Amino acid sequence: MAEVTKLIHKYLRHDKKFPHVWCPGCGNGILLGALIRAIDRTGYEKDDIVLVSGIGCAGRLPVYVDFNTLHTTHGRALTFATGIKLANPRLQVIVIMGDGDATAIGGNHFIHAARRNLNLTAIIVNNNIYGMTGGQYSPTTPYGALATTAIYKNIEHAFSIAELAVTAGASLVARGTVYHATMLDRLIEQAIRKRGFSVVEVISHCHTQYGRRNKMGGAVDMLRWQKENAVRVEKAAEMSPEEMAGKFTIGVLVDRDLPIYTEEYRKIREAARARLGTGK
Amino acid sequence: MVEGALAAGCTFFAGYPITPATEISEVMSVKLPAVGGTFIQMEDEIASMGAIIGASLAGAKSMTATSGPGFSLMQENLGFACVAEVPCVVVNVMRGGPSTGLPTNVAQGDVMQARWGTHGDHPIIVLAVSTTKDCFDITVKAFNLAEKYRTPVIILSDEVVAHTREKVRIPHPEEVEVVDRIRPNMPPEWYIPYEDNSRGVPPMGIFGDGYRYHVTGLIHDIRGFPTQRADEIVPFLTRIHRKISQNFFDILMVDTEEADDADVVVIAYGSVARSARRAVREARRRGVRAGLIQLITLWPFPRQILEPYLKRVRAVLVPELNMGQISREVKRINQGMTRIETLNRIDGNLITPDEILVRLLKI
Repeated sequence: MAEVTKLIHKYLRHDKKFPHVWCPGCGNGILLGALIRAIDRTGYEKDDIVLVSGIGCAGRLPVYVDFNTLHTTHGRALTFATGIKLANPRLQVIVIMGDGDATAIGGNHFIHAARRNLNLTAIIVNNNIYGMTGGQYSPTTPYGALATTAIYKNIEHAFSIAELAVTAGASLVARGTVYHATMLDRLIEQAIRKRGFSVVEVISHCHTQYGRRNKMGGAVDMLRWQKENAVRVEKAAEMSPEEMAGKFTIGVLVDRDLPIYTEEYRKIREAARARLGTGK
Repeated sequence: MVEGALAAGCTFFAGYPITPATEISEVMSVKLPAVGGTFIQMEDEIASMGAIIGASLAGAKSMTATSGPGFSLMQENLGFACVAEVPCVVVNVMRGGPSTGLPTNVAQGDVMQARWGTHGDHPIIVLAVSTTKDCFDITVKAFNLAEKYRTPVIILSDEVVAHTREKVRIPHPEEVEVVDRIRPNMPPEWYIPYEDNSRGVPPMGIFGDGYRYHVTGLIHDIRGFPTQRADEIVPFLTRIHRKISQNFFDILMVDTEEADDADVVVIAYGSVARSARRAVREARRRGVRAGLIQLITLWPFPRQILEPYLKRVRAVLVPELNMGQISREVKRINQGMTRIETLNRIDGNLITPDEILVRLLKI
């Protein structure tokens, strides 16, 4: 059996939940593949993985895979994940969100989760648009782009999700694209293995809602755009701001060891026991 | 309340500071870690509600506490807990509203919000506490009902109850009846997470225990997967209502005093029930055959318990700290059986025993 077939049989709810909801050419399928390969490499049992998502196209991802899966409310995935992780720190909790999900309605939860530094992995699919609801501008829609709620042009300025996560204090922050699929496997694997709050921003494309309206072509053209505009972090360090104009970095932006919440909390428990005894 | 929660087995609390509920968070932050539990202060009440749902899915008995503005923020994820059938306890220490309202004054304005605050038709259990002893007993009951019926349970307290100081005897752990959720015991491949049974409450798998399944806020089929089929939507929604309605007599709780031979009864809840109790005793001393029905369960509304009284008594007085939320419900079920009188106060102060007594003597 081919390697991919084994993975399909092992991890997909293939007899139950297909066909999926995504448009042909969507980047979410590539991410799903990368995620499965990464988890498989880490060697975690399926019972130990909890896949949590918010609302949107990316939010539908967990339903297709055979883990403990939780499809929460819009923007709130990280709050549910926080509860799961604190109640059972042995579980490996991975959170899938979209750009609107994580940085608009869930923006506050996102920065606080990064600051708190639980051992969680957040994967944010950035396709620059609200796809599922029909193409409204999101916090990552570029200035000047067109959307169904910005037909004259978008006059807001975009967040850079990965840089936001770095500033908010995440332990590991990486950015990949669905075009650089094997690199994405590695980044996600590294994020899952990382002890602490890890973020992978996945640059994806919504040719249906964003590419079409902004004359960027179909899925293939948008993947080519990712190829041509992504610059590895190491290379970007040697480039001038002029050379980097309009381009974005991929790779690991930050990898640092910070105190982990659950380990810190263990010390709180000891302090509380010392003060109150183990009873009530 | 904290003692009640701990006695019931609560091991997880998430909250956000708000007057007059902050004391619960503070005491939880001191005591929970000592028993191996976890307290976390989240970035807002939306997050607190999300965190307690997540913790419950991972096996913890969980709780949050807030007041009006925070309770408004919790409505979104409360609906999630209803639909995904996640046991948890939410305390709302009511203060004057609407909006920021009267943060340090008492009110009972959130009765209808507790019932209908989250969108869509949903079942919910709401209990009201009146005394410090209630805070222990009813909190234990709230956890038990949440676990038994896989539903969020809301406890409505109010500023007066919260800031009352009195002595209570905390029972020994063996005196406290504690109910835990029913977990699946079949082989994982046989587990159908949302399959109906006679109780209407499916066994609940815990993340990490081998029963991998999908939890969603979307309307789902018996396997937990999203559905838009009418023949799956209707059985699901009717089941989650049925699991409450077919167990009314387990869920509906009232505390009566001198009500059985009463000529007039006072229907009250929360801190007002204490004033009412004193007024009823005083009225009896003055020869009025008054009685008290203190509502502990507010929702589902204890219609089955109240109806026999409504058929018999000459008049009913409903004092409450709002513009008439429970009295409206009493009138709805009354159907002309008896006379319903209301006594409302919205100035941020408690209704006194005298105010109730004066009305009882007039009726």
